[in-house]
Amino acid sequence: MLLREVEYARPATIEEAISVLAAYEGARPLAGGQTLVNVMKARAAAPDVLVDLADLDELRTIGFSAEGMLEIGAMVTYAQLMGSSEVDVARAILAEVAATIGDVQVRNRGTVGGNVCVSDPTNHLPVLLAALDATFTIRGQRGERSVSADEFFLGVYMTAVGEGELLTKVNVPPSAGAGDGFAGLTIGVHGTYVVNAAATVFGDMARVAIGCVAASPVRATTMEERLAGGDYSDDTVRAAAEGLGASLDPPSDVHGSGEYRRHLAEVSAVRAVLQAAARRK
Amino acid sequence: MAAPVTSRTVTLEINGEQVELEVPVRRLLVHFIRDDLGLTGTHIGCDTGNCGACTVHVDGEAVKSCMMLAVQADGAKISTVEGLAADGELTALQRSFNEHHALQCGYCTPGMLMSATALLARNPHPLEEDVRVAIQGNICRCTGYVNIVEAVVAVGGNA
Repeated sequence: MLLREVEYARPATIEEAISVLAAYEGARPLAGGQTLVNVMKARAAAPDVLVDLADLDELRTIGFSAEGMLEIGAMVTYAQLMGSSEVDVARAILAEVAATIGDVQVRNRGTVGGNVCVSDPTNHLPVLLAALDATFTIRGQRGERSVSADEFFLGVYMTAVGEGELLTKVNVPPSAGAGDGFAGLTIGVHGTYVVNAAATVFGDMARVAIGCVAASPVRATTMEERLAGGDYSDDTVRAAAEGLGASLDPPSDVHGSGEYRRHLAEVSAVRAVLQAAARRK
Repeated sequence: MAAPVTSRTVTLEINGEQVELEVPVRRLLVHFIRDDLGLTGTHIGCDTGNCGACTVHVDGEAVKSCMMLAVQADGAKISTVEGLAADGELTALQRSFNEHHALQCGYCTPGMLMSATALLARNPHPLEEDVRVAIQGNICRCTGYVNIVEAVVAVGGNA
């Protein structure tokens, strides 16, 4: 397919990338391209300048901060997450979920930064990172800032990354005995999600997030409050999810009505919490 | 700060040969391989990233060449289906495809071979489920996959 004509820069440093992004209107970072190249073919997106991040090796690392936070560079691929001993030790759910994104070819090129910056409500990582209480490091010409998942995902295809800014890394707290779960319904075995839910359970605290039901991940705060007693038996978790569906206003499309998505939200949340609780250490 | 450009000289290695060519930024890698380099073994099936017929190896990893710009491959080592039997001798995988009747119309075959070759490089003795995961991004509308999976498993000796 023929793409609309587009300009291209391949900066050697993060600073240079930010300069180009700031200097040209319609400039957009190009990570793995597993979404962007396709939407450019469909002319659903038409950036004027692609700023290829391929040479920015410092965005490809996975490591730990001095405080023990798992730091995942924006250009880390799904395949890299799956093979990372750091991820395995600190937050194995990231590798587990990454292994279900797309297919081998997509996982070889698709990146963590791309997945979250596209902010497609049906993507895997936004809802998971919301449940894991991740923070997002954004760099611009005026310096660096860090935002929570609640502040990062602003809407469909919209994030806190502004013009002239770049997401550099995603910071995830290590599990420290917490259990994590992920559940939902896909179109086909590893297809797009109709609804998904992620949960993390630590002691008598639970964080639950629902995806695909709104423009950005929705925290199931009432369910979290009801679970605060630390009882994660089947009956208690099911009771805690009651009314969650009614509190949502999900879209209807060919894959499911809003009513069906409300039902799936409760079922997915229950499954994610039960899985998380069973994995606590 | 390097100013953005609409075309760029791409230098890469493809099937062991060095290539240097100026290409428009908007050219997809699959068109570069097929039209600029004349290597038409790599097929275009859906052109939307779903079918995997365009699968090639970029720095040893299977990728869909319709979901990558040629300029993104600057500096990379690429291999295509033509690189498998470069010396005229079929690889064990290609022979196994022949022996197991793993192709019918043949359209998906280059992509299947490249995905399976990447699998065998990191897992020389795959089980059936390993093969099914490896070719999940490759669609075949003729065979029902059974013979393809058998052909790949047989190469590793787990048949």
